[in-house]
Amino acid sequence: MIKHFLSFEKQVSDLEGKIEELRHLSSGADINIAEEIGKLQGAVSEELRSTYSKLTAWQKVQVARHPERPHFEDILNHLMEDYTPLSGDRNFADDNALTGGTAFFRGRSVVVIGIDKGKDTNDRILKNFGMARPEGYRKAIRLMQLADQFSLPILMFVDTAGAYPGKGAEERGQAEAIARCIQKSLQVSVPTISVITGEGGSGGAVALAVANNTLMLEHAIYSVISPEGCSSILWRSSENANHAAEALKLTAQDMQKFNIIDEIIPEPTGGAHRDPHLAIKKIGDAVENRLINLLSLQKDELLKLKEEKYLKIS
Amino acid sequence: MDWFKRIKEGITTSTHEKKETPDGLWSKCPKCKTIVTTKEQEENLYVCFNCNYHHRIGSKEYFKILFDNNKFTELDKNIVSVDILKFKDKKAYTERISSMQRNTGLKDAVRTAHGKINNNIVVVACMDFSFIGGSIGSVVGEKIARAIDFARVKNYPLLIISKSGGARMMEAGISLMQLAKTSAKLAQLAEKGLPYISLCTDPTFGGATASFSMLGDLNIAEPNALIGFAGPKVVKETIGKDLPEGFQTAEFLKEKGFIDIIIDRKDLKEKISQLFRIMKK
Ligand SMILES: [Zn+2]
Repeated sequence: MIKHFLSFEKQVSDLEGKIEELRHLSSGADINIAEEIGKLQGAVSEELRSTYSKLTAWQKVQVARHPERPHFEDILNHLMEDYTPLSGDRNFADDNALTGGTAFFRGRSVVVIGIDKGKDTNDRILKNFGMARPEGYRKAIRLMQLADQFSLPILMFVDTAGAYPGKGAEERGQAEAIARCIQKSLQVSVPTISVITGEGGSGGAVALAVANNTLMLEHAIYSVISPEGCSSILWRSSENANHAAEALKLTAQDMQKFNIIDEIIPEPTGGAHRDPHLAIKKIGDAVENRLINLLSLQKDELLKLKEEKYLKIS
Repeated sequence: MDWFKRIKEGITTSTHEKKETPDGLWSKCPKCKTIVTTKEQEENLYVCFNCNYHHRIGSKEYFKILFDNNKFTELDKNIVSVDILKFKDKKAYTERISSMQRNTGLKDAVRTAHGKINNNIVVVACMDFSFIGGSIGSVVGEKIARAIDFARVKNYPLLIISKSGGARMMEAGISLMQLAKTSAKLAQLAEKGLPYISLCTDPTFGGATASFSMLGDLNIAEPNALIGFAGPKVVKETIGKDLPEGFQTAEFLKEKGFIDIIIDRKDLKEKISQLFRIMKK
């Protein structure tokens, strides 16, 4: 059972609470109780299916930020083998929010880069809540360079509220680092695939989302500004975040409609956080399909496709 | 899909009124409070005689400062925004656009042109902060992309004058994609070995600095211009402390290694043409 229920999941949490209660009551041999539990579980699935098939933009924002969604670290653990993290920007520091290295992905050698928000309090502090500093983006540039030099495909996984808006980050050129990172990902001639797994927040996300193929999980979001930030600027109050979320057209479905992304990866019923393993497997399958296709292309074709994709955008 | 449309020449009449400065009007420097006539101010390129404060000016003024005899050919001047997202906050985006167009006489937040600067042709894209905070949407991205193309095809050097709060919220994801698009175009220009100078003026932030504004072969700035990724308010809220004097100024960025030169407006034309002459193959 998941720990965090979202505000619109009241019925689900009530049902699951009942199931738990029944489980405590029974020793496991009671047939009537097992039957009752089965019924309740059916009701849970039905409730989840119906709720999640019609999530509003603001509800999707909450799902996309759910703490139990699969993190980059989970993706590394379950999809990558022999992962070797490579540290540092060769200049100032190592960033813990944005990490990456070499690995085998289903038998193929790749460079993998991702942003991780962290699992618990300590991990979140270590990873700066998934907000990368300039060193992170410069490390990404370095890893992309390495991938290009050794003809390794680049797989990127994005989950960030945005680049870190701190004093030191400004002093060390956050904007320049992101701009160079975007440009580098356009210039490499190896296959590049990016998956937005949770939150794709503004320029800090774009830096790792420019690729031959950009995929999004079904309930992930991609936005120029947080709905809260947009609300406080345009409505002059933070209370219109739900309206802002709607207006910003930040859902994966909107992104696909506007040809900003190439594919939506379906999530397990009730969201990726209800079955992270299945969600990760689906991510793996989608990425593998895309990768096989891209690997059949020549370097100049890969470059040309990327160029066309981003120049075509109006 | 087209997120902008081209209106036919002649359908709309230009609302751009000549803002001749009538004699006898006075202007006060916001920094040192020195008072000059607006005519004197214009003659001094909108820079304070006393403290060198550089007033915020727009494409009209920059074009006049840079192009020989204020002669230039504007590119793509009739591209206007289409509200593909049907964005609405307190005001519908389309209303915001049309009232902006009426008030500023501009079509959007950038104007692009080619013309001679000290006898050498340069392509210039200049942003207008007065149009929705110089925000970057599909029109700004497209016009900059086309100006870069024009420079590349015709073998001209490129100058982009940035003055922007960042990506345009009302075009959401589409405005984010302009970062990728303009960066892709600049990569093509670089491949051809054509020089690109980015001039950052007050203010240059967010989506601008996270793409074309920081990708110049040379990144230059006007004195005291505020330049950064996150706005000073956001940074202050994040760290919960006051920011040091001069934080995110052009001088600060130069000291940190992100700006090559700071140029007074009165030297801008000379310096730009000199740098392009040197960088020309
Ligand atoms: Zn003054």
